[in-house]
Amino acid sequence: MNGLKFSTIAIGVGLVVMAFAAWLGLDYFYFAGYTILQYIVLATAWNILGGYCGYVNFGSAAFFAMGAYSSVALHKFDAVIDTWFPDSSIAPVLHAIFPLPIPILIVFGGIVSGIAGFGMGYLTLRLRGSFFAIATLALAVVLQTLVVNWDFVGGSRGAYIIRPEEIQFAGITINYIVYLFVLMLILAVIALATARAIERSQLGFGFATIRDDELAAEASGVPTLRLKLIATTLSGAFMGMAGAPFPYYIGYLQPASAFSLDYAVNSIAMPMIGGTTSWIGPLVGSILLGSLQQIATVTISSAVNLLIVGILLVAFVIIAPNGLVGLVQEHWRKRRRP
Amino acid sequence: MDISADLLLNAIVAGLLLGGFYAAVTAGVSISFGMLDIVNIAHPAFIILGSYIAYFVNINFGIDPIVVSIMVLPAFYALGALVYQVYYLSFEKRGQESLRGLAFFFGLLFITEVSLILVFGVDYRYVEAAYIGPSIHLGLIDMPLRMLVPCLVALAMFGLLELFVTRTFLGRAIMAVSQDQLALQLMAADPIKIKRIAFGISIATASIAGALLIIIQPVEPSVGREYIGRVFAICVLGGLGSMPGTLIAALILGVVESLTATFYGPSWAPAVSFGFLLLTLAFRPAGLLGR
Repeated sequence: MNGLKFSTIAIGVGLVVMAFAAWLGLDYFYFAGYTILQYIVLATAWNILGGYCGYVNFGSAAFFAMGAYSSVALHKFDAVIDTWFPDSSIAPVLHAIFPLPIPILIVFGGIVSGIAGFGMGYLTLRLRGSFFAIATLALAVVLQTLVVNWDFVGGSRGAYIIRPEEIQFAGITINYIVYLFVLMLILAVIALATARAIERSQLGFGFATIRDDELAAEASGVPTLRLKLIATTLSGAFMGMAGAPFPYYIGYLQPASAFSLDYAVNSIAMPMIGGTTSWIGPLVGSILLGSLQQIATVTISSAVNLLIVGILLVAFVIIAPNGLVGLVQEHWRKRRRP
Repeated sequence: MDISADLLLNAIVAGLLLGGFYAAVTAGVSISFGMLDIVNIAHPAFIILGSYIAYFVNINFGIDPIVVSIMVLPAFYALGALVYQVYYLSFEKRGQESLRGLAFFFGLLFITEVSLILVFGVDYRYVEAAYIGPSIHLGLIDMPLRMLVPCLVALAMFGLLELFVTRTFLGRAIMAVSQDQLALQLMAADPIKIKRIAFGISIATASIAGALLIIIQPVEPSVGREYIGRVFAICVLGGLGSMPGTLIAALILGVVESLTATFYGPSWAPAVSFGFLLLTLAFRPAGLLGR
């Protein structure tokens, strides 16, 4: 199956999901669906570095929050244009540009988080793998400190983003939550297509050599540092993109919710439970775990549902190291050769 | 900014006291990460568990938190040995420690934190003891006993660990396993058993560190996260597994954090350790006393 065919099928599946949502006509479906799609992007992004290269990123929440807060900063910038540039000729130009549409914010969030990923990688990836993991863990704490002390984006009080009720699009009025849902759906398709393309390309084979034996790869002339930097940048960028529309979705963003450990643990647990070796794993993991959490949050409590995620993560890494995809593959292999 | 001498002096003394405590917090990671090469990021979660045990017994039976922590040492040792056994069988033996082993510890951290939230809630908890409150005055310097006692206990524990590692047969065996596991195997010693003992000891230190933590500050389940950055920053700066290096690094971090908190505000303090970590990794990955 080539890339074009895959994209067509992915878009087709996306359209079916949309049709199903329209047929249901429930706003809640879009709310819940958005969260699951967001996890698909996060899990896929994590897997580009974690699953393909074998480097663990504990700072998904930090990259996600960077995307979210870059949106908040740009949103707030719109309100201060007149105070920052009084009676100058720049102000009308800026007013024409701002407020930026969300697709632009997504690109911007991706750039910010991508740069952060590159910087982190450059500083720590030349050393042992565990240093990178530890540094990403600490990154979340520090960025949270910075945001808490940064009054422009609301500091520890948080920031309100008034979401418009609906948006005009080529003469058609669309509910805003539907708009966000569609954007996230497109982003999820792009993330999955990218992950799949990497898997089948020279880049993906390079990543696999790093995962299997970095020393041997280095000795055989694989430019490991460059490949690792590509992976961290891509992975960080997708996480930032997933975070950029988040303030508009939630309406009120505070550091504790943007930097929540939930994102870090979910973006690790989902690929681990689904299976890390292919793009299907994170997809399966995030759909299953994401839906499970949506149900558990409503029926039990949010603390219990996080406990379930933690226990599932530990159970899967011990019992089924290759995730659900690995279990299915093993089952097929056994049936073929009895 | 107007920096007065007594403010500066007090900040430095407070930093040294804090640093002594940090040394106790890091001791366990120094053994597990520094010597055994096990990236136990769940260590701070075990410390918080120690804090809550000290809190629970202290509130219900009125026993001093430090005494409690010493009483539960064997339980923590057993917990550590158990965790290592699972880790060894599931990851180290199969050569999967880098990705799945890390995820395993992350899962443990998460499970511990969420379980504590479910049992105790997210309110801040604190203990009661005679030395919480009064302070000693030496000229310009104020030393709250709430900081001084944990610092002294921490240093005592740290000294005992250092003696254990350098002077006893078992301690030297642990050092040996950190240097060359294969060689140890050839000498007919069982490296897995030694690692299990060492990891047990590393988790046992979390019990004491936890009790000290809840004496110094009120504790809620997610406080442990702040310590992940600190603990690993100290461990890396100290040169991975070097006990004297760890102590020096802990004191430096304590003083710098205290100065930052005094002159820029306490909300900036958590950023210090991360800066330390990145600078160390970028310029001197072998640590202060590294070879």
